[in-house]
Amino acid sequence: MSRSILPVMTVVALLMASWYGAAVGLNAPWAFDKAKRAGIELTVVALVADTWSQDKPKLPAPHQVIAELWETTVQKSVTSKRSLVYHSWVTLSATVLGFALGASLGIALAVGIVYNRAMDMSVMPWVIASQTIPILAIAPMIIVVLNAVGISGLLPKAIISMYLSFFPIVVGMVKGLRSPDMMQLDQMRTWNASPSQTFWRLRLPCSMPYLFTSLKIAMAASLVGAIVGELPTGAVAGLGARLLAGSYYGQTIQIWSALIMAATLAAVLVGIIGAVQSVTLRRMGMAR
Amino acid sequence: MIWVAFAVSIWGLGWWVNARLAAWPTSRFTTAAVPIIFGLTLVLIWESLVRGLNISAVLLPPPTAIVARFAASAAILWEDFVQTVIKGALSGYVIGCGSAFAIAIGIDRFPFLQRGLLPVGNFVAALPVIGMAPILVMWFGFDWQSKAAVVVVMVFFPMLVNTVQGLRETDSMQRDLMRTYAAGYWPTLLKLRLPAAMPFIFNGLKIGSTLALIGAIVAEFFGSPIRGMGFRISTSVGQLALDLVWAEIVVAAIAGSAFYGSIALIERTVTFWHPSQRR
Repeated sequence: MSRSILPVMTVVALLMASWYGAAVGLNAPWAFDKAKRAGIELTVVALVADTWSQDKPKLPAPHQVIAELWETTVQKSVTSKRSLVYHSWVTLSATVLGFALGASLGIALAVGIVYNRAMDMSVMPWVIASQTIPILAIAPMIIVVLNAVGISGLLPKAIISMYLSFFPIVVGMVKGLRSPDMMQLDQMRTWNASPSQTFWRLRLPCSMPYLFTSLKIAMAASLVGAIVGELPTGAVAGLGARLLAGSYYGQTIQIWSALIMAATLAAVLVGIIGAVQSVTLRRMGMAR
Repeated sequence: MIWVAFAVSIWGLGWWVNARLAAWPTSRFTTAAVPIIFGLTLVLIWESLVRGLNISAVLLPPPTAIVARFAASAAILWEDFVQTVIKGALSGYVIGCGSAFAIAIGIDRFPFLQRGLLPVGNFVAALPVIGMAPILVMWFGFDWQSKAAVVVVMVFFPMLVNTVQGLRETDSMQRDLMRTYAAGYWPTLLKLRLPAAMPFIFNGLKIGSTLALIGAIVAEFFGSPIRGMGFRISTSVGQLALDLVWAEIVVAAIAGSAFYGSIALIERTVTFWHPSQRR
């Protein structure tokens, strides 16, 4: 782990440097424009200083985004509509609800597929086909239709998250539940184990590493679903709404800060699953 | 009430046929027939429930209405298809996957950069990259160029991570063998390491194919010219013309499956030697 810290830091530093460089390049035309109207000749230092501190830059510099993040998280009260914490909470709740629904549906489907051959043959191809359909395209319709039936708020977004997150779990769990080999299954049979005993004592424990890997993917997908689900409701609340509002009014710094917040949220959520995974697998004696 | 009873009996019939078919020995016929019967059953149930329960077409149009609409507005659908899939998704996909592949080959000689790039790439691949869409629409304008840019950003990191990982797949015994043949860097890359990396590269290409369509459509929600699938979906939802929305979804589903299927087909011919492709 520590071996890769230095390379990672180098890559991150390179990315940061190119970000600052790109900010100068992209924002320079506007800076030149301003200087021309004011009738001043821009020195290189003044140019760089200006490109890194514009109000509505094409590409805000990292420190501007961090300043905005600090302002909207720490300096605003949590209940304020301007607080990024409030918007993150809205998105987070939809993400987690959708993730829970998707995980339960995915595990249930996987158990059915492993134990019922007819279900395996008829459902599995459609599960795979369902993911080649760009489901996010249907997001606005799901939101509007559910709204018409009288369901609004958290649930429609959670349904989109659910749809995105159940797939990796089905695929991973089917693989995991089938991972015990013939010898282990035969061993269970020599012990005269019932199907449910085979499931609880052999198949389920064997599937745990697969389950956690797919839970991580599902969590990231679920967050994407929640964010996109917030777009068609017309920028009410949530990180997706912040993105949309920012793009309406050209508030690039706001867009970037919402983006960084979403990235942090994804990292934290996936990190939590990773922590649960390492504790569980260690206690089950499966840690590698 | 008759329609509901019909739906229930169709469900029973379809499931019974499938259960019988599944008990047969596996063959080409059963593996194709079972999912098709299942799909047909679902469509029939949908149609009869919508009719039987008098669900308004504004909420859920029956399949027959969608098919009728599909045939009636084929010209619009084709125009949207060209704008979104051909111009937006496909060009972005080619640029994104191509540049990711080139960069992966480029940094192949620098293990230091690779060790740094893999964790960062894995991290970025898990981020909600789709959020970049409003920014890129702002930079590249409303037309297909911005959609292609969103697609490039979305497919780049999955492709990069998979290619870098794939290039590490050979073991030292195989590389030693190449050395005993006095093969230099490039022959080793072309004859051993790239072929060995192909399963990973195709994995990246497949992930990218679904992401590309999603990216191109969602990017249109943030601004587009007056054609394109994302534009049509969001405006038709506003007009409650849900049959047109569903027709667009059918187009998207066909395009997505065809895209994915053609890559899977190429994969089968290129990586015929891999265990997962053997019969």
